[in-house]
Amino acid sequence: MRYFWILLGWLILQGSLFSAPPQFAPVLPGKILDFPQDAGAHPDYRIEWWYVTGWLETPAGKPLGFQITFFRVATQADQDNPSHFAPKQLIVAHAALSDPAIGKLQHDQKVVREGFDLAYARTGDTDVRLDDWFLVREADGRYHTQIEAEDFTLAFSLTPSQPLMLQGENGFSRKGPRMEQASYYYSEPHLQVNGTISRQGKTMPVTGSAWLDREWSSEYLDPDAAGWDWISSSLDDGSALMAFQIRGKDGGTIWAHAVLRDASGQIRTFAPDQVSFHPERTWHSTRTQADYPVATRIRTGETEWQITPLMDDQELDSRRSSGAVYWEGAVTLTRDGKPAGRGYMELTGYVKPLSM
Amino acid sequence: MTPPLLTRWLLLGEWRSHRLQSVVAVLAITLGVALGFTIHLINTAAVSEFSAATRSLSGKSDLTVRATRYTFDELLYPRLARYAGVAQASPILEITAGVPAKAKTMHNPVFKILGMDGFRAITMTPDLLGVPAEGKPMDTLADDAIFLSPAAMEWLSVKQGDTIEVSTGAKRVQLRVAGGLARAHPGQRIGVMDIGAAQWRFDQPGQLSRIELKLQPGIDPAAFRAALGEALGPSYLLTESEDDDARIHTMSRAYRINLNILALVALFTGAFLIFSGQVLSTIRRRSQLALLRVLGMSRRQILRQLLLESALLGVLGSLLGLGLGYLLAAAALHFLGADLGAGFFPGVAPRLHLDPLAAVLYFLLGTGITILGGLVPAWEAARTHPAPALKSGSEYTMLTALRVPRLAAVCLLMGLVFTALPPVNDLPIFGYLAIVLLLIGSIAALPYLCGLFFAMLSRLSNPDQTGALVTLATTRLSNASGLAAIALGGVLVSFSLMVAMAIMVASFRISLDDWLGQVLPADVYLHSTIHQDIRGFTLEEQQAMASRNGVARVDFIRSVPVTLDLAKPAITLLARPVALDNPGLILPLTGAALPSGDIPPGTIPIWISEAMVDLYGFRTGDRITLPFADSTQIFIVVGIWRDYGRIFGAMQMQLSDYRRLTGDDHASDAALWLHPGTAFDTVATALKALPFGETLEIMETGRVRAAALRQFDRSFAVTYLLELVAIGVGLMGVAASFSAQTLTRIREFGMLRHIGLSKRQIYRMLTLEGSLLGGFGILAGFLLGTGISLILVFIVNPQSFHWTMQLHLPWTWLGVMALAVLAAAALTAFLASRRAVSGDVIRAVREDW
Repeated sequence: MRYFWILLGWLILQGSLFSAPPQFAPVLPGKILDFPQDAGAHPDYRIEWWYVTGWLETPAGKPLGFQITFFRVATQADQDNPSHFAPKQLIVAHAALSDPAIGKLQHDQKVVREGFDLAYARTGDTDVRLDDWFLVREADGRYHTQIEAEDFTLAFSLTPSQPLMLQGENGFSRKGPRMEQASYYYSEPHLQVNGTISRQGKTMPVTGSAWLDREWSSEYLDPDAAGWDWISSSLDDGSALMAFQIRGKDGGTIWAHAVLRDASGQIRTFAPDQVSFHPERTWHSTRTQADYPVATRIRTGETEWQITPLMDDQELDSRRSSGAVYWEGAVTLTRDGKPAGRGYMELTGYVKPLSM
Repeated sequence: MTPPLLTRWLLLGEWRSHRLQSVVAVLAITLGVALGFTIHLINTAAVSEFSAATRSLSGKSDLTVRATRYTFDELLYPRLARYAGVAQASPILEITAGVPAKAKTMHNPVFKILGMDGFRAITMTPDLLGVPAEGKPMDTLADDAIFLSPAAMEWLSVKQGDTIEVSTGAKRVQLRVAGGLARAHPGQRIGVMDIGAAQWRFDQPGQLSRIELKLQPGIDPAAFRAALGEALGPSYLLTESEDDDARIHTMSRAYRINLNILALVALFTGAFLIFSGQVLSTIRRRSQLALLRVLGMSRRQILRQLLLESALLGVLGSLLGLGLGYLLAAAALHFLGADLGAGFFPGVAPRLHLDPLAAVLYFLLGTGITILGGLVPAWEAARTHPAPALKSGSEYTMLTALRVPRLAAVCLLMGLVFTALPPVNDLPIFGYLAIVLLLIGSIAALPYLCGLFFAMLSRLSNPDQTGALVTLATTRLSNASGLAAIALGGVLVSFSLMVAMAIMVASFRISLDDWLGQVLPADVYLHSTIHQDIRGFTLEEQQAMASRNGVARVDFIRSVPVTLDLAKPAITLLARPVALDNPGLILPLTGAALPSGDIPPGTIPIWISEAMVDLYGFRTGDRITLPFADSTQIFIVVGIWRDYGRIFGAMQMQLSDYRRLTGDDHASDAALWLHPGTAFDTVATALKALPFGETLEIMETGRVRAAALRQFDRSFAVTYLLELVAIGVGLMGVAASFSAQTLTRIREFGMLRHIGLSKRQIYRMLTLEGSLLGGFGILAGFLLGTGISLILVFIVNPQSFHWTMQLHLPWTWLGVMALAVLAAAALTAFLASRRAVSGDVIRAVREDW
């Protein structure tokens, strides 16, 4: 789900401003995802992303959360424009580090147009770059990424330990009551992280576990949506959990979905009426005056998950650049009262309604 | 009586009795200071505004990369973006866009449009980012949107949401005004759009104008610049904002300094008037001053008194000059723009800043030069022994003291020597100094020349035939030449300057006319709305024009700016078909050109303008490389041509060579020859009927020529006005010195009346004296003026504007002006003498106590 809705929010208003707007490919059920082809970019679709979140452990045994995201956004630029600068595709990248010792997010982001091999999202396999930030997938399935952000540098390899996890119906993931409100969506849970973090001139080795989300779509969010809550977790027992709900402007829930895959690969999905979010404690942001339900109870079927944040202030305020404000942070989970694992939670639409 | 009171009485008395003279002197000082101060104010405002505006275009960048040509291949951008040490690279395409809607009311209506990648520009030039309307953030990437600075919106009379039409060559582009800029430099006329849209809409695919670089922290900019310069080679130019400042100063320097010289001439005239006024006044007051000495005033007090008189005039004149200068500058900026219409500083709106230091400087200059003018007579008067000074006729001893034969000789000699010296720093400093020295030398030599001339005249004339009056007049003039010379100085200075200017302007105008005839051999010329347009006409458009009925032949001309030297403004590269065996058909060659047989195979012939010789040191026969072509390509200078159009230099080459070298097949202008019997209107209508016809400016050669000459006359209109003012000031000087002189000669007139001359005869005698004196002044002024004009035509012009011209003397104009000045001198003498002669005869003689 994510930050991309905000970008779509930009685009939704643009309809007629370009002389010959391109047509985007629709998301239809029944498509068989093909790898590594579908690990690469899908420029015919309006938007797509590579979204890595995870927990790290420093040599001193301290926990850190991190997020590395690359978006590709097709604009409605005229396809006839022969200029290599024509902004047909934008590449957006976003990186954040959650360190309880600092108490708030360290983050950085970049937006540029695709072109000149300086920024691209290649087709065929995962290979995205924005200047010196990149995420690339090797033939053996391993990912390499390097992010030189303003306050930190991340250099990781992400090694798969489990098969891909196709979301929804074989990768066709619905996002609302209407069939066309959908995306293609798959995840890679339990990626083993090895690498280094550099801050203030000091480099240290880290290890950890990450979750990769891959999603592409041409559709907009439901017009009545106010925001969404999303969580993913590579659980300690080797299972993987993903759950989300889309909140309506009327306070109700427009859509919800959850999936749990156990270590043996057994998948259980939950229909909208089987998934519910119950806020337990809110945190008030003095920057944006938003109140985020940072501690939450989530019910999937008969199971109850208790979500606790690594730290309260994991709000990402980028009003000065892309305009997005949301909460994206490392969390721990208990399953029916017992420690279950660690994950990432995203809370959007708490500052103002999504239509920007 | 207290000294201050005495000082005041003396000052007021002097002021009251010689109002005219004082007013004239103050006027001259006022004009000089005002002119100088105006030029200083306008130029400071324009240069500082233009550099600030230019700097705002580069923002916080560390280094700007440009090419010697106006654009370069965009592939340099990814190369630089990845270059070690570069933190951020921001590519920019600059378009000079025409505004067809303003073409009728304005010459060359253009403004600059920057095509930028907002994602890259944000770190270096955040001020130049477009601010889209609420809820339309993607407008910054839209291919039909432009963001305008407030000044551009005002200039175009548009607001957010309106549509504007701009032109590039034969293409017109409609753009939607999507908003303003984050923070444009006040008064700067610019538009910003997405770089992809700009490349597309303005037909510049794959082209960039510059790349701004931000270096990584810790990178030494100087070392980086040197290394990158080495890596990129000579076709790329690396600049920092200081380089731009230096170039801007160079651009306007010649025109600025030449105007400043005019101001100095006015100041010089003022100082001379003060000098001659003070000489006459001390002569007249000789007995009065002697009496004051006898009554106990010290030499020092007399000196102080006299200096105070001239200083007061200087202070008054300078203060008025500062005020007038400020008003003039404000008016000129408002009505003419920062460069007085010269076109150096487009797209900025400078505001006047009153710089107190400069004001003080000009005030001191005005006052100082005045005091200097009064110093010699004051010093002489104070030095004189009071006893002989009380006696009648002693004033001539003072004039003897003012005779400075050595000074005259030294000045004239040095003036001659200076004419042989080369320019200093590209400026004709010695040429101007030679003019000043010739003026001073001539004035100093005037008493001798005057005496000599009239002695000769009286010797030649037979008193029996010419009559007593003529004899009296010539005798008087030959024997009292010192006094006559003082009166003559003003006429000499103003008339000679007028003659010099007239000859220079006439020479220039006739040379320009000849030149236009030579460079415009075709019947019809056409270009797009704006000059030196980068897009111009495409090959298809050229073919469409060439195939119109009635067109016998077309020469297409490509005219593009090329930077050869960072510190100098860009030169113009003109590519057109040139007949190798007879380049003189279209090029006004100034010397022997290399025969076409002497051009080695493989080398490309170029013809350079005279400015290129001075500015870049190129000579006929030189083999050179040019930075916009491959470094192995050798060019050979085969000829030098005269160019009155481009003072920063121009270079011609064969159109075919240019196209082969650059791959650029667009054309900026076209010269059309018509079939015999084809009317201009027929062809013009046919051309206008082309799909892009409305973008064409089509002109008959005769009209181009007339327009050029009209423009010339307009730019020299100020000079004509100054000439008239100078003559007026000179004549007022004659009047003032004549009335002063005749007053000192009351006794003489009384005596003449006693021996039988009628009043009328005395008037006639004085008028004759005035005419003779005026005539001599005119003759001397003519000679001196011709000499000065030679310096202007053959030294000052080539050295400051880098062009030569042929000498032409406008005899009719000179004759008319000479007669007018002669008549004015006679009339002045007559009017002034009436006062002197009208008194009682007996009393006049008795005054001789």
